[in-house]
Amino acid sequence: MRFYEHEAKSLLAKQAIPVPQSVLVSDAQEARRAAESLGSPVVLKAQVLSGGRMKAGGVKYADTADEAEAATREIMGLEIGGLKTVAILVERRVRVAQEYYLAVTYDPVAKLPVAIFSSAGGIDIEEAAERMPEKVARGNFSSLTPFTDYVVKELIASLNVPGADLSRLTAIASRLAQLFLRYDLTLAEINPLAKLGDGSFVALDAHVDLDDEAIGRQQALLKEMGISPEGREGRPSTAFELEAAAIDRSDHRGVAGRVVEFGGSLGLIIGGGGASLTAFDAVRKYGGNPANYCEIGGNPSVGKVAALTKHILSKPGTDKIAIIMNVVNNTRVDLVARGVIKGVVEAGYDPAEKVAIFRIPGAWEEEGFRILRKYGVEYLDRTASIDQAAKRAVEKTAR
Amino acid sequence: MSILVDKESRIIVQGITGREAVSFVADSLGYGAKIVGGVTPGKAGMDVHGVPVYNCVRDITGKERVDIAVISVPPAFVKDAAFEALQNGVPLIVVITERVARADVVQVLELARQRGARVIGPNTMGLISPGKSKAGSVGGPPQDARKAFVRGPVGIMSRSGGMTTEIANLLTQNRLGQSTAISVGGDPIIGSTFVELLPLFEADPETKAVVLFCEPGGSMEKPLTDYIKANGTRLPIVAFIAGRFADAMPGVRFGHAGSIVQGKQDTAAAKVELFREAGIAVAEEFSEIATILKERLGDGKHVY
Repeated sequence: MRFYEHEAKSLLAKQAIPVPQSVLVSDAQEARRAAESLGSPVVLKAQVLSGGRMKAGGVKYADTADEAEAATREIMGLEIGGLKTVAILVERRVRVAQEYYLAVTYDPVAKLPVAIFSSAGGIDIEEAAERMPEKVARGNFSSLTPFTDYVVKELIASLNVPGADLSRLTAIASRLAQLFLRYDLTLAEINPLAKLGDGSFVALDAHVDLDDEAIGRQQALLKEMGISPEGREGRPSTAFELEAAAIDRSDHRGVAGRVVEFGGSLGLIIGGGGASLTAFDAVRKYGGNPANYCEIGGNPSVGKVAALTKHILSKPGTDKIAIIMNVVNNTRVDLVARGVIKGVVEAGYDPAEKVAIFRIPGAWEEEGFRILRKYGVEYLDRTASIDQAAKRAVEKTAR
Repeated sequence: MSILVDKESRIIVQGITGREAVSFVADSLGYGAKIVGGVTPGKAGMDVHGVPVYNCVRDITGKERVDIAVISVPPAFVKDAAFEALQNGVPLIVVITERVARADVVQVLELARQRGARVIGPNTMGLISPGKSKAGSVGGPPQDARKAFVRGPVGIMSRSGGMTTEIANLLTQNRLGQSTAISVGGDPIIGSTFVELLPLFEADPETKAVVLFCEPGGSMEKPLTDYIKANGTRLPIVAFIAGRFADAMPGVRFGHAGSIVQGKQDTAAAKVELFREAGIAVAEEFSEIATILKERLGDGKHVY
């Protein structure tokens, strides 16, 4: 779960990492007052959960309160990377002498936390890191041994930063690493970490990701900071997707309703995780036009599968549906078959006509296939692969 | 032969009285797995399908050899269960539980390295050596597992649990048996990645080829191809990469927690390129996995 910049900075400040003086605003009038109270010049920054904000015009500088008010009007409606700007952070502008980069994350190869420090901070850090690897230092550290400062001191010292800066940078990096460990973060990044004219350091921008699997045990932090995990993941869900999610929630048995909407003619009921990816690729490869992506699994109930089937068929433009899963161990083939047929019939269609293909081999398959035969539904057993099933579905469906 | 699990493997199940564990313990016993005990605190003295339940891992390790601990406890308790197994000397830990916090996973893996132990998962369905034994829920009930899995020369490593069975089924349909099939787990950080398991398959005389099932996201492929470029491998490797469509939608999560495209290097396209450079065959369609394997193995020679 990604934090907005202002949330990330509050978290840094909590750990005594210096951040600029700022006010969070939601309209132009507030921005004017903020600029007046902070004292101009200020910088206005769109609060949005996507990268590339600077290049998309989401950051503007203002020398006067009038300019701050005008800039806010331009930024407030901005959509960046498909995501909405929810507020604007008005910050006092500082005079930067040098920009550094500092981050702590997990290294999936070493399977340890890693601290990254660079003397080439700024918006193009990735390219800078490739072009000038000698300006980037990385160091893994233990997740079991209590963290102490020397770990990041060694890292920073390896880039030959001048005298007094080493201690100041070490203190900030150490605090960032402890923040990362204490609050179950998967990324804590300060970019740029600016050195000011007076030799002090300040975090000008910050990116913090909280581990989704730790949201439960970090409730105290989220509550204290007034952060809600809702509505942060990618683009906002469509009404169609929300209704599918409601179907999934209506019954705790299994998964049937994790849906992403697309615009095509072939409705898909596919699963589990890897098999959904495989089936979706195969449908596209054979020229099919999926109406949706979805994942089912964990032995969903008949009622839940029926509701999902009806819902997918209700989408205008959906000509047929295909039901494709891997050889299942736990999900029962017969229950999915019953659910699909119930859903199709309740939607007022003939299963033999509306179901392009049913391909789920595995547990209770004999019973499942018997039901499908009774309703004249074309099915494939384990002798046919997922891509063969996808091909057959595409052949039978209007584009 | 096979790797990691066989007829002689002595297995314990932590969280054995949980709903999922009760079911896969029955399936595993039916398949021939030697489950010597289970652990659920406060339930010592009970039994699950005839397997005695204990309060602590040491109650079992104190009196007999344990080769594998299968962990099926709620996410918040995984770290403690794994530490308990590791500190009591269990050399192989299989973590079935999904949604374990990253910080906990990393600590478990670090302790495992210190103890010289191996971890499979988390978020795995386990592993199976066809005709011998299995650890975890992979394959399901014995009659279903016997339909999908047959003993033979192909090792399987899959990011997806369900697709582990699907690949075995495809191979079995094509008269290609399997030595050991491993669901490595769908999380961004897992105990045993492709490159860590490949040497075991290389050392196994029964294994003549390996199949990989990959998804976008994660970073398991580069270390594997680096290893192969540096050391070569006697095993023909065939990879299938699912979720190619997701390349066009960076940041959107499809499938597993680890299958989210975050940079250029973890797209499906980048993985195809890496594999080609290292001489790993990439199947363009799922069923092509079997066709390529037959070519590489020499038709008729290694089928069951």
